[in-house]
Amino acid sequence: MGEVFIGAGVFLGGLISAGFYRIIKGPTLFDRIIAVNLVGTMTVVFLLLMGFIYQRVDMFVDISLMYSLLSFIGTLIFAKYLSRGRTE
Amino acid sequence: MIDLLSILFLAAGLFFFCTALVGLLRLPDFYCRMHAVGKADTMGMLLVILGLIIHHLGSGITWPKAVVSFKILFIAAFWFLGGPTATHALLRSAFERGQMPWTKDGKAVIEWPEEERK
Repeated sequence: MGEVFIGAGVFLGGLISAGFYRIIKGPTLFDRIIAVNLVGTMTVVFLLLMGFIYQRVDMFVDISLMYSLLSFIGTLIFAKYLSRGRTE
Repeated sequence: MIDLLSILFLAAGLFFFCTALVGLLRLPDFYCRMHAVGKADTMGMLLVILGLIIHHLGSGITWPKAVVSFKILFIAAFWFLGGPTATHALLRSAFERGQMPWTKDGKAVIEWPEEERK
């Protein structure tokens, strides 16, 4: 079962690095933020898979929970900050 | 049997992530990209997490394993509340800033009331 988790982790790492294309080359600011949101979600799952690969789920689940909270709050702060168009 | 079920859930979740990424990279507009990402994202996360929980509890339920599984399930429950909220807030702020929806001939389909935007 460990090989399955390693294969899923490699596949998910490929998806994350493909998502960086939209972060770097997004036409507008909101494209970049939604790409960051998607990459954050994938990273949460990737951390859980890393916990199962290293057999230390009880440690990695806390890191994953904290990262999901940070990703959510970061997106909300960006949305609040950009809602009135001052910066370009 | 349990391994097969877990692998099935993992593969389905990775497929949903792949769909979200293809939508993010290929669709023409911010609103279309958000339409693709905002739902497939949450679904893929739930499916992968269900697969991991099935694998974790499949070899016998003990008390520490149950606690860790509850924490993993809590991540999924939190993301079911947080993901749509973040998507909605981002969409609303983009609409308030006057981001134009994409159309085929480039003409606007929505007119913003100019005096209310100030």
